[in-house]
Amino acid sequence: MILASGFFEDLFRGVLQGTPPGAVYALIALGFVLTYKTSGVFNLAFGAQAYISAAMYFKVHSVWGWPKWAALLVSVFVLAPLVGLVLERAIFRHLRTASAVSKLVVTIGLSVALPEIFNWAARFSAVAGRQITGIVPDGAGVYYDPFGIYRFNRDELAMMAVALAGTLLLAALFRFTMMGLSMRAVVESPRMTELSGVNANRVSAFAWALSSTFAGMAGVLIAPRFNSLSSGDYFTLVIIAVAAAATGLLISLPRALLGGLGLGWFIAVFNTFLPGLADDHTWLRPFQENLTPSLPFVVLFAILVLWRAVGRQREASDPLAGVDPPPPALAALERHPKLTMFTRLFGVFFVTVVGLVVWFRADVLWMSLVTKAVIIALIYLSVTVITGMGGQISLCQGTFAAIGGFTVFQMADRFNMSVLAAALIGAALAAVVGALLSLPVLRLGGVWLAIATLAFAFFFDAVMVKFSWVGGGSTALLTGTQVPRPLIGPIDFASDRAFLVLAVVALVVVSVVVIQLREGTIGRTLAALRGSEVAAASIGISAARARIVAFAVSAAIAGLGGALLAMHQQNVNYALNFAPIVALFWLVVVVALGSRTVEGAIQAGAAFALFEPLILQGELLGWIVRGEERLPEFFPLSGNWRLILFGLMAMQFARHPEGLVEHGKRRSATRINGWLEAREARA
Amino acid sequence: MSAPILELREVEAGYGPFRALFGVSLAVGAGEAVALVGANGAGKTTLARVASGLLVPSAGSVHVDGAQIEAGVTAAWRFVRAGVMHAPEGRSVFASLTVEENLALSFQRAFGRAGLAGGLDRAYELFPRLGERRGQIAGTLSGGEQRMLSLARVLVESPRLLIADELSLGLAPMVVDQVFETLSQIRATGTALLIVEQQVGHALELCDRAAVLEHGLITWQGPSNEAGAVLESRLFESGAPH
Ligand SMILES: Nc1ncnc2c1ncn2[C@@H]1O[C@H](COP(=O)(O)OP(=O)(O)OP(=O)(O)O)[C@@H](O)[C@H]1O
Ligand SMILES: [Mg+2]
Repeated sequence: MILASGFFEDLFRGVLQGTPPGAVYALIALGFVLTYKTSGVFNLAFGAQAYISAAMYFKVHSVWGWPKWAALLVSVFVLAPLVGLVLERAIFRHLRTASAVSKLVVTIGLSVALPEIFNWAARFSAVAGRQITGIVPDGAGVYYDPFGIYRFNRDELAMMAVALAGTLLLAALFRFTMMGLSMRAVVESPRMTELSGVNANRVSAFAWALSSTFAGMAGVLIAPRFNSLSSGDYFTLVIIAVAAAATGLLISLPRALLGGLGLGWFIAVFNTFLPGLADDHTWLRPFQENLTPSLPFVVLFAILVLWRAVGRQREASDPLAGVDPPPPALAALERHPKLTMFTRLFGVFFVTVVGLVVWFRADVLWMSLVTKAVIIALIYLSVTVITGMGGQISLCQGTFAAIGGFTVFQMADRFNMSVLAAALIGAALAAVVGALLSLPVLRLGGVWLAIATLAFAFFFDAVMVKFSWVGGGSTALLTGTQVPRPLIGPIDFASDRAFLVLAVVALVVVSVVVIQLREGTIGRTLAALRGSEVAAASIGISAARARIVAFAVSAAIAGLGGALLAMHQQNVNYALNFAPIVALFWLVVVVALGSRTVEGAIQAGAAFALFEPLILQGELLGWIVRGEERLPEFFPLSGNWRLILFGLMAMQFARHPEGLVEHGKRRSATRINGWLEAREARA
Repeated sequence: MSAPILELREVEAGYGPFRALFGVSLAVGAGEAVALVGANGAGKTTLARVASGLLVPSAGSVHVDGAQIEAGVTAAWRFVRAGVMHAPEGRSVFASLTVEENLALSFQRAFGRAGLAGGLDRAYELFPRLGERRGQIAGTLSGGEQRMLSLARVLVESPRLLIADELSLGLAPMVVDQVFETLSQIRATGTALLIVEQQVGHALELCDRAAVLEHGLITWQGPSNEAGAVLESRLFESGAPH
């Protein structure tokens, strides 16, 4: 009996304890559902929007010393809707008929760029240890203890109240008002909404202002829970909240609320009982330490994979999509043969010149940067396979690369194995993991697939890396995850030049593989699936096999690249190279520049590795004006500009899914084609 | 004479680099009924899209009541507010909304909150089938029912000009007759019509004027009772079947 009453008390305390974090998830999930319902955008930038308002609130209240109500007014009711309006006007209005996946990529770009833009514009930088004060007076200091077992403070109560009131108000908005109905209609088909006499632009402007205000409100309410404001924390929160939103298929507000609370309860109860269990069963202990931080991602992954309705949900298509012209073909296919020859020649010439300069003139630093660019380009080819050919977004390419890197480290560290052999094993291992991962996530629609892979990446980040047989454990903390350079007979790749050659050879081999794959059966199948899965299935094309192969090949390429990168830096450097956020940025860079072609991946690799030193540090300009001392004052520029620039470039993805480089190529090709043809006609 | 409700002047339009209309001029006056006929792919649907603001013409202009409606922005809602409604070709319902919500979206704007119930009643009277399924998600309706739904929206509102593209496609013959019956009723109340129809006989019977579209050009315009003969000779010349 005593045990039982203790059990129920523990359970109840767990539930109470889980309610505040549950309310956090619920708030974010509600906002997420609101955005999705009213704009059709799977808005991963929601966290960035929340962050901006929270940071603004901090600035206005704590730095400028304005009263709380004024800070709230400025940050939530002025700045937040303004951000929403600007986003709608500048970006999402033009993307209303774009596919959900392309819109997702745009929001990933935004989530990278927005916080940086704000920090730069408002000269804001988070100060660790200086917490945000909540909106209610003495919010963190006054406690209420309704049941005598767990105390809520005022900030937490405010959060729970807003979550509940928000659900009710928004539900009423959708149920009883014309605006609610119009917003749902615009999401499905802006053109048909207009044919009903409703101004679609005005509706979506309102929708964005509303959801952005909600994001701002959530951001400010949640902020007191963090020790210091960082956009990364908000981003992670959004990923977790997606689990709650998914239980309502992104459209049900009450389910988002319940889902969020339920998630909080589940995690708290789990954490209440796991330590006790682990005391009795010692084998549980390592899991306990690692599982707790990763639990939300495990739940997210489980919901996506096990919740049948999520897999079945398909994008509603615009019945008036027939008004849009068909997407253009790759420039290379339409190009005048002479022009193609000219570009090829120029490409060969350019690469040769760069190669010679690097070979004979570059110092150690530049040799190393170029090598990194080559390896990153190789990794980016893995994105070409999944996104460029398959039209799917995978957000765990960094994890595949990390598997390669860690394998090399472990094999060399434990068994003293040759690193080149270990790299191949790493690639194979990554391929196996990729194939296994693809099995459960394959039947998910495009956006869900992206989120499931992101959940996997976060899971790997939170759990797997901590295991000593993966990340090296405590020894790695002391000495780093050291990886030697390869040695083949007399050739010692410890020399940077030799290693560069090795990297280039690997890049060429992988490029050939990718091109072969694209021209082969798998590539054609994937191309057919891109058009329409249903149509492809009806003529007997099986999606599953091609997709599994694509995932495995892509993971293998990433794994090989990760292994090479680890050898190059002689250290795995997981957090710097392969963390989920880094991999997210990879995707942004590749799709911004071009994910359809091998050149695109190579250009993206070069941009990722060289943009900062070459442009931002002013090397290039310094070389042009002959002398570092003659550079303008503001050099070197902050590396954050890289985030802003590529983030903004990724937004082009929805309008030009082929990438900016490809888009530029087609434009100039059309112009030069016309000119060439006119000349031929005259001759 | 007052300006026509709708006037296209030298309109050129297309999709991306592709051209579908090459300088088309056409006017529909108040209370007039015009049938637009032509072979598959002639550009009829394209013309209807331009005339309702869905597609922005690359050259030429579209005027409603003599005033040009700004091109280059999504402007279809302005046309509707000016009394020009379009029942587009094919499935054209909001698949994720219920039957009633589909109708309410239009009716509430047209009749106001108070008139909403009356509008719904008239729609269900016209198509009792829709009344039986008012709570159903429109995406799960049968093809013919979806067609009825998109028709109910425009027929009940009796706008000043109704542009109807392949109205009868996918409807049972009896329902087709009923739809044309309704069309002639709303015609009698003063609604002008621009009708694109493969069932040329029905359309010509209803309309007083006809225009023939060939390869993106209007090649003949005249009274509809002469159109039959013209069509026959033209189709014969261009070697098309029938
Ligand atoms: N979204 C689009 N992209 C490219 N071309 C298009 C698009 N929509 C239509 N077309 C082309 O424009 C031309 C005119 O098409 P339209 O739909 O106006 O013909 P139509 O006269 O309505 O034919 P039908 O009687 O078959 O309905 C056709 O050649 C068609 O292929
Ligand atoms: Mg047509």
